[in-house]
Amino acid sequence: MENLAFTQEVKPPNTQKGPVKWLKDNLFSTWYNSILTCLGLVILFFVFKSVFTWVFTQANWKVIPANLQILSIGSYPLEQIWRVSSVIYGLAVLLGLSAGIWNGLTRQITVAIGCIGAIILLLPFHISVREHALIANVIIAVCFAIGRDRDNWKRWVVIGWVLSFPWTMIMLHGFGADTVTTTNWGGLLLTLILAAIGILACFPLGVLLALGRRSQLPAIRWVSTIYIETVRGVPLITLLFMGSLLLPIFMPGDFQLDKVIRAMVVLTLFSAAYMAENVRGGLQAIPPGQVEAAQAVGLTYPKTMLFIDLPQALRSVIPAIVGQFIALFKDTSLVSVVGLLDLLGIGRSILGNPDWQGLQPEVYLFIAVIYFIFCYAMSFVSQKVEADLGIGKH
Amino acid sequence: MRKFLFRISALVFAISLVTPLLADNHQSILDKVKNRGKLVCGVHGGLPGFGFLGEDGKWSGFDADFGRAIAAAVLGDPDKVEFVPLNAAERFTALQTGEIDVLIRNTTWTLSRDAELSTDFTPPTFYDGQGFMLPKSLNIKSIKELAGASIGVTAGSTTELNLADTMRSLGIEFKPVVYADIDTLYSSYDAGRVDVVTSDKSQLVARRKDLKNPDDHVVLDVTISKEPLGPLTIHGDNKWNDAVSWVVYATFFAEEHNITQENVKTLKTDNPEIKRFLGESGEMGEKLGLPADWAKQIIMAVGNYGEIFERNLTPIGLPRGVNKPWTQGGLLYAMPFR
Repeated sequence: MENLAFTQEVKPPNTQKGPVKWLKDNLFSTWYNSILTCLGLVILFFVFKSVFTWVFTQANWKVIPANLQILSIGSYPLEQIWRVSSVIYGLAVLLGLSAGIWNGLTRQITVAIGCIGAIILLLPFHISVREHALIANVIIAVCFAIGRDRDNWKRWVVIGWVLSFPWTMIMLHGFGADTVTTTNWGGLLLTLILAAIGILACFPLGVLLALGRRSQLPAIRWVSTIYIETVRGVPLITLLFMGSLLLPIFMPGDFQLDKVIRAMVVLTLFSAAYMAENVRGGLQAIPPGQVEAAQAVGLTYPKTMLFIDLPQALRSVIPAIVGQFIALFKDTSLVSVVGLLDLLGIGRSILGNPDWQGLQPEVYLFIAVIYFIFCYAMSFVSQKVEADLGIGKH
Repeated sequence: MRKFLFRISALVFAISLVTPLLADNHQSILDKVKNRGKLVCGVHGGLPGFGFLGEDGKWSGFDADFGRAIAAAVLGDPDKVEFVPLNAAERFTALQTGEIDVLIRNTTWTLSRDAELSTDFTPPTFYDGQGFMLPKSLNIKSIKELAGASIGVTAGSTTELNLADTMRSLGIEFKPVVYADIDTLYSSYDAGRVDVVTSDKSQLVARRKDLKNPDDHVVLDVTISKEPLGPLTIHGDNKWNDAVSWVVYATFFAEEHNITQENVKTLKTDNPEIKRFLGESGEMGEKLGLPADWAKQIIMAVGNYGEIFERNLTPIGLPRGVNKPWTQGGLLYAMPFR
């Protein structure tokens, strides 16, 4: 009975729900908020109206389907196009199998890539492009079904992924008389290759540099520090120009380093410096007790790093690392300044075609959308990774 | 003794590093191209009418066609050429380091480039020059009438200097409006923010098509600078430079004598010079280190100069101007095939 004395009359919880309530709470809560909302709506209306009228009535979108071939593969010869297809299908097989064998993350990545395929399928591209997208998606689905819960295939699929990289390069470049030199690589193909190689190579290099900068050995520490600070102190475009102008002069005699390879090396070295600092940030956040405990149970330095330090460090800096990957992907567009025809370079070349002159808005908008799709896919996957690992929750 | 051995081996190592740098390669690029079976030609990555990647993934344009002409002459196949898109800064390095065999990328022949850069020029394939574009409504016919006009020009270019020089020497007052970017220059002109715009005539003509009402604008019939554009080869490789030069002359010669892509295969003639041109007598090809039918191959592949011009530059609205044979009052003059 005494307890009653302490009970207060509590208002019943607000049960009003629905869009009207939401609007009232968020957009029209006070008189000035109402005015701001109306103003915002008017501005949005005019912006969208002009954008939509331009996109749907004024823009000349013919330029995109007409040039889709060079936008996707550059001047890669059409009679060798089967090389590109075989690479795409090979990767689709691996992706489907991985999604079937491993749960969770791999599956989400596969879904994200499948969605890109579906988008390509639905857009009014040339029929052969959509065929490719369809076949790739079907392969992914079939391999997913085949690979479901086949744990004993794991090792083979991992080996497949490791081999997929040299396989891609060999297939694209060709062998014997049928080679397709890198000057013919262009468009989205070149952008993706540059980004993939940059991402794959800068990550281990960055981890090594981060460890080097924290090393007890002065020589290693100094070399790593000087490297990181020098590269971070110079703009990427300067390094690209050095790669394209200075490097060939230093090369002896007839020896020539491929233009695409020079760009790849520069992009990788540049990103590795930033990657190193991201990783170092993660390493510094680990309490020293972890390392001391590892040493106490007798783990060697490599083992401490591999099993104690790095897993925790990398886990905590995933957003920064993915941010770096996305930045690298977008930075690949700078290679168009040193005469490589990546996606952006092809865009410029199309604008040099008398048939399509003056269509800058259409071409650049299309390229921006492509970049957005890929960058958002990366960001989406990273959010899933974080959710899977429970980062920020416990 | 050990120290001595170490020193010797260090010396040998150092020499082995330096020798490839010093080793002078006497092989002409002409022979290299033949051995390789492929010509590597530097072009512009996207210049209307001159060099751009076509929808089918093949390089098109006036400059690209001259690259094909060289491949046809040397290798007998216009498709045995690989085009390398280059920007303005790296074009000369690419030529000097041997990354490309020949540079055909809208490069103006100037004294300093000829003397200071290790490059040699071949006969110009296109004579450009700086001109003015203005609205028809102004009804201006000569440069003197431009007094008091605001003239748009891009910053830091030779066009800016040429404009100032010309106007000063004529004693004309004008208002220069300098733009950092070409696109802004033309959009400002289109919006009426400047009265007149000046640049290379080929650019003016190509850009006129993008204006709101192209027919309301004219390119003035005056030229205030010389911009001879032509292929370049590396300095000192005379054999290769000769070959490229005569490929250019061959296209001039064919137009002078009405030899076209269509009639070259069936052409029957008694003219001894045309006979030498077609490789029927005189061993002209052998003298250049080229196949006997080299000139015929060029014309079969890309046609004569007029055909190359009409295919690439007429569609963007460029008039022939001085780029016609000397017999018609132009500047194209082929040296005798003798």
